[in-house]
Amino acid sequence: MLVSVYRYNPETDDAPYMQDIHIDIPGGKDIMVLDLLQLLKDKDPSMAYRRSCREGVCGSDGMNMNGLNGLACITPLSAVVKDDKLVLRPLPGLPVIRDLVVDMGQFYKAYEKIKPFLINDTPPPAIERLQSPEDRAELDGLYECILCACCSTACPSFWWNPDKFIGPSGLLQAYRFLADSRDTATRERLADLDDPFSVFRCHGIMNCVNVCPKGLNPTKAIGKIRNMLLSQAT
Amino acid sequence: MVTSITSFGRSGLYDWMVQRVTAVILACYTVFMIGYLAFGAELTYDMWTELFQCTAMRIFTLLTLLSFAAHVWIGMWSVSTDYIKPTGMRFVFQSVTGLLTFVYVAWGIQILWGI
Repeated sequence: MLVSVYRYNPETDDAPYMQDIHIDIPGGKDIMVLDLLQLLKDKDPSMAYRRSCREGVCGSDGMNMNGLNGLACITPLSAVVKDDKLVLRPLPGLPVIRDLVVDMGQFYKAYEKIKPFLINDTPPPAIERLQSPEDRAELDGLYECILCACCSTACPSFWWNPDKFIGPSGLLQAYRFLADSRDTATRERLADLDDPFSVFRCHGIMNCVNVCPKGLNPTKAIGKIRNMLLSQAT
Repeated sequence: MVTSITSFGRSGLYDWMVQRVTAVILACYTVFMIGYLAFGAELTYDMWTELFQCTAMRIFTLLTLLSFAAHVWIGMWSVSTDYIKPTGMRFVFQSVTGLLTFVYVAWGIQILWGI
């Protein structure tokens, strides 16, 4: 098969370019894209990409495969290869450090803005803050986010305003803390989001839902944040 | 919290709500006009004049015109903050949009009450 890979080494290249590599898959098996990358790296050790857990948990190997963001380690070739060709690019919208490795700084800054930790101004109990099973169930579909950035880098609003729009991943996390029965900073959290950019730059195109490798729904969470803002407004 | 001084109502929630309310008004006016033109009697100059001389129709049209202005500003402001990054160029684009919108509203009022 033909693999076209985005290559850029700022120390030696003036500009990024696509490198076409013909490769035979051993045994014709349906391997994961990450395994293919390892085969490519065996051929050309200068190729750079991030990876760690190789099972869709760490979120390191998010990349754009034939136009769709996803995690290379849990994406089989059969799911993305078209006409025996695969185009691999770094996550769109973030600065490229080298080859498929992007600078996630802007993404983490957006995450930092939503204060991703429990805020509770009541005295802590002796052991732990308890939740009812119903309150705990509110966090399902939110806490599973692994911050791989596949969703935010598939979102045009995040491409155009990464410094102002929080992005789907950050907003999913924002709702995760807004929905947490143990958090007491709901009013402050909502006040921080009520500007024309942070939440409201989402136009509901649902690219985030389409690409999330964990099957989460940031658009739904954003809708819930909007409803919370509406219900506390006068 | 991102500070914005050129958005319609400074608050994202307010702009979001105004965009939706004005969209409903614009939709109602469009449906009314399509209904009037498609299902009314054959249109004559006298009928058209009579329609717009009616105070209720003038109020409905003015409401639509103002809704159009607010809707346009929020939409075009959003487009300009997405795609025009140099502040000077964005300011010029927003100024031209604001001026044109104002001209359309003032002109519309003149036409409406000049019938």
